[in-house]
Amino acid sequence: MLILHCPYCGVDAEETELHAGGEAHLKRFGPGSSDEEFEGYLFHRENPKGVHFERWRHVNGCGKWFHAARCTNTLEVFGTYSAQVFEPPQELQDKISAKRPGWEWRDLKGSDQ
Amino acid sequence: MSEALLKTALSGASSDGFVRVEELGPQGMITLRGDFDSAGFAAAVKKAVGLALPKQRKISTGKGGSVAWMSPDELLVLVDYDQVGATVAKLNAALEGEHALVADVSDARAFFRLSGADGAVRDVMAKLAPVDFSPAAFGKGDIRRSRLAQVAGAFWTPEEGVMQVICFRSVAQYTFDLLSVSAETGGEVGHFG
Repeated sequence: MLILHCPYCGVDAEETELHAGGEAHLKRFGPGSSDEEFEGYLFHRENPKGVHFERWRHVNGCGKWFHAARCTNTLEVFGTYSAQVFEPPQELQDKISAKRPGWEWRDLKGSDQ
Repeated sequence: MSEALLKTALSGASSDGFVRVEELGPQGMITLRGDFDSAGFAAAVKKAVGLALPKQRKISTGKGGSVAWMSPDELLVLVDYDQVGATVAKLNAALEGEHALVADVSDARAFFRLSGADGAVRDVMAKLAPVDFSPAAFGKGDIRRSRLAQVAGAFWTPEEGVMQVICFRSVAQYTFDLLSVSAETGGEVGHFG
C-alpha cells in the first residue's frame, strides 16, 4: 500500500484515496511539432527500476494534482511536491541522491555523493 | 417553497444498530471557491456567515452556520435551508470584483448523522473510510473529505458521539445502506472503545 502526503491538504493519503496520473513533467508537443516529437510525447515513457517521478491526484479528497517521487523497486516514497513546477525541487533531488547515489531519470542526474 | 421541493433524497430514512444512522432534513450548502489569500475573500465570508476562514481541514461553526475547508481554494458553507438564497446573494454582493464562485449545492447532496457511543461511531466510520479516526487524530473541528467504500464523502464530528456525513445525492441510498450495515448490531468492533 502506497501512502503519499498530499502537499495541498496535508493528509497522508493512502492509495485508494488517490488516482495515478502517469509520468511527471511531460512536455507537450502539439500542432507544428515534428512527427518524432509528437510520437515521443504520446508514447515514449520512462520505465525505470528505481527512482521515478509521477503525477497523482487526490481524487477522494481535495481534488488537487501533485507530484510524487518514489522508487519503483522498493516502493519507497522519497517525497511529494507541488504540481506547479517543471522539475523536482533541488532539495528533493538531494534527498534522493543521499539514498540512491548516481540516480538518473530522463535528463535529471543525481549526484554521486 | 412547496413541500415537495423540500424532500430529501431518502425522506429522512433511519436505522438503529449499535449506532443510530439517520438522514437529516434539507441542509443548505453553498460551495464557495476563490483565493483564500485575498483579503476581500475572507471579508466576504465574514460578512455573509460571520465566521473567519477555517484553517486547513477544519470546520468552524457559529450562529450563522458553519464554514468547512474543502481544498486550498474551496469552502463549503452550511446554513439553514431557507437561508441559502439570502446567503448566496450576500456572498455574491460581497465578492463583487473578486475572482470567485458561489454555487447553491443544497439539493445535490445528502446529509447523514451517526450517533451513539463515541468509540462505536468511530468504529462504524473506520470500517468505511481510509482515515485515522482516533480522537487524537480526528476530533471536534476537524473535517475530512475522503471516500466511504466506493463513493466520495465528507465527514466531521460536531460533538462527542456524533458524526455527520455529506455525500452526493445520487449515491444517498448507497451511503445510507453502507452506514446502516456498518452499524448493524453484531458488527461491533470495539477498537475505539
